[in-house]
Amino acid sequence: MQYLIIIISAILVNNIVLAQFLGICPFLGVSKNSTTAIGMAAAVAFVMTLSTIVTYLIQYFILDPLHVGYLQTISFILVIAALVQLVEIILKKVSPSLYQALGVYLPLITTNCTILGVAILTITKQFNLIEGVVFAISTACGFGLALLIFAHIREQMELMNIPEGLKGTPIALITAGILAMAFMGFSGMV
Amino acid sequence: MAQPESNFKNMFLALFTVTFVAAAILGLVNERTKAAIARADIEQQNLAIAAILPPFTYLGKSYKSLPKDEKDSLQFFPAFGKDSALVGTAVKTYSKKGFSGLVTIMVGFTTEGNISGFRVLEHKETPGLGSRMYNWFSDKNKPKQNVIGTNPDKSNFMVMKDGGSFDAITAATISSRAFLESIRRAYDTWKSEKALNAPTTVKAGPTKKGGTL
Amino acid sequence: MNRMQTFLNGLMKENPIFVIMLGMCPTLGVSSNAINGIGMGLATTFVLVMSNLIVSLVAGYIPDKVRIPSYVVIIATFVTVVQLTMQAYLPSLYASLGLFIPLIVVNCIVLGRAEAFACKNGAVLSILDGLGMGFGFTFALTLLGSIREFLGTGKIFGLTLYPENYGSLLFVLAPGAFIALGYLIAIINKIKKA
Repeated sequence: MQYLIIIISAILVNNIVLAQFLGICPFLGVSKNSTTAIGMAAAVAFVMTLSTIVTYLIQYFILDPLHVGYLQTISFILVIAALVQLVEIILKKVSPSLYQALGVYLPLITTNCTILGVAILTITKQFNLIEGVVFAISTACGFGLALLIFAHIREQMELMNIPEGLKGTPIALITAGILAMAFMGFSGMV
Repeated sequence: MAQPESNFKNMFLALFTVTFVAAAILGLVNERTKAAIARADIEQQNLAIAAILPPFTYLGKSYKSLPKDEKDSLQFFPAFGKDSALVGTAVKTYSKKGFSGLVTIMVGFTTEGNISGFRVLEHKETPGLGSRMYNWFSDKNKPKQNVIGTNPDKSNFMVMKDGGSFDAITAATISSRAFLESIRRAYDTWKSEKALNAPTTVKAGPTKKGGTL
Repeated sequence: MNRMQTFLNGLMKENPIFVIMLGMCPTLGVSSNAINGIGMGLATTFVLVMSNLIVSLVAGYIPDKVRIPSYVVIIATFVTVVQLTMQAYLPSLYASLGLFIPLIVVNCIVLGRAEAFACKNGAVLSILDGLGMGFGFTFALTLLGSIREFLGTGKIFGLTLYPENYGSLLFVLAPGAFIALGYLIAIINKIKKA
């Protein structure tokens, strides 16, 4: 039951992009077409889950026992940077086309606030390791969901007549705002 | 000087040096700010206590008490008047069920158990939403929200959605539930402390209140 | 580029939020009122200036393949310095900015400037670039924060201009941030074209 609450909360009620404002750069940058969006979401999910596990272990087995909590930011971001490097290498070998499609956005996963954000949130919400993993996977699903919906909407918008001043980022942001409003409808649920 | 080539030894050396220097600098800054951080926390605490209790002359020794079925204890700050009679007790309570985790509240109870005031000490709730806990639940013009002056024995301290007497903050039900839960926890523990103890008047100067330490 | 130009670049021509459009997360997340906007903006400016300075000084000694992780560690150090200092001397601001302070580390502006400018330029120019970009960012955050605070609660910087009841709560919440920024960028684009 506990896990169900974490899952629903992370995907719908507190969606990481639409309610917590994390992951906006890739959200705006990679959502122009749905295939790249799915690829990005999968890569993020992988890195997010792995990094949550590793940072959890670092926090509770190294930082806390040695009372060096102030090294949290540095150690966490180093882990994330290393993991992204790893994913890049694996992806190049396993799926060169996806690697090409993601392009510059792949190294940008390092600076994706969602990954560092989820790592820190797992610690502040005092989840145990399993809850942390569930949280990470659900958040990544929420990220993917928001990305996918948004990508489809943007593909439709290409075919529409948009006023000059609003073309591009402005209309994307306003659409995201309306999407965020829709997701607010989930807020009483948990 | 030309950039060193990217062989393993250079890469390892560069990254190691940078990280080592960084950790050293941070260790230093941490030492320098540790005292100030601790002081800032205590000051926030004392300011909070003074603001939420009826006027008192001095604070007695604070003590901890473990709520039923919980792992983390609450801290009690008894306040006494000039005649050494108990004026009220501030309780530092918490809820782990906030939207973003831990919410720490300081709530003041009069000797009858009425809420004399509260302060939100620590939270990571959404700015503009959960962070409105203080203004919302102390709004004197809104009896369905205002908790000040109420007594958890007489009012049901839950959100209306769950059958209680209080209106939740718009779009911040989770924060609201956490807030009310923390007060319930404080009150229940306060009541059991009161039941364990002798009369509330103490003769000579600041003393322990005889509760658990 | 001479020094004045470097500084002004970050304020207007290549304003990180309105033109280059980096650093969106904190912009939307922290701009619910003007004070938070300024606080966050200045904290980021400090990190920007310091990391630009250090990166410009050590870039020559770091092998190319580890430059990103190294820059990230340097940035993370200054972010932690800001964190600790704020916690010690400005506890209420620290409490309201919350999770977004450590997230300065992944603010694309900071790493972006280190990559694009600081590692290729001298110390003085890098400092000026950091200041310009930082102030441009602070300006954008404060502007957006003021608009959202005004429309949402009738106040600016805590000063009440009209009763809160008439405010549109939406602007203080998530959707309002997106919408306000969207229209703001549209207006700025229009002004630029004119």
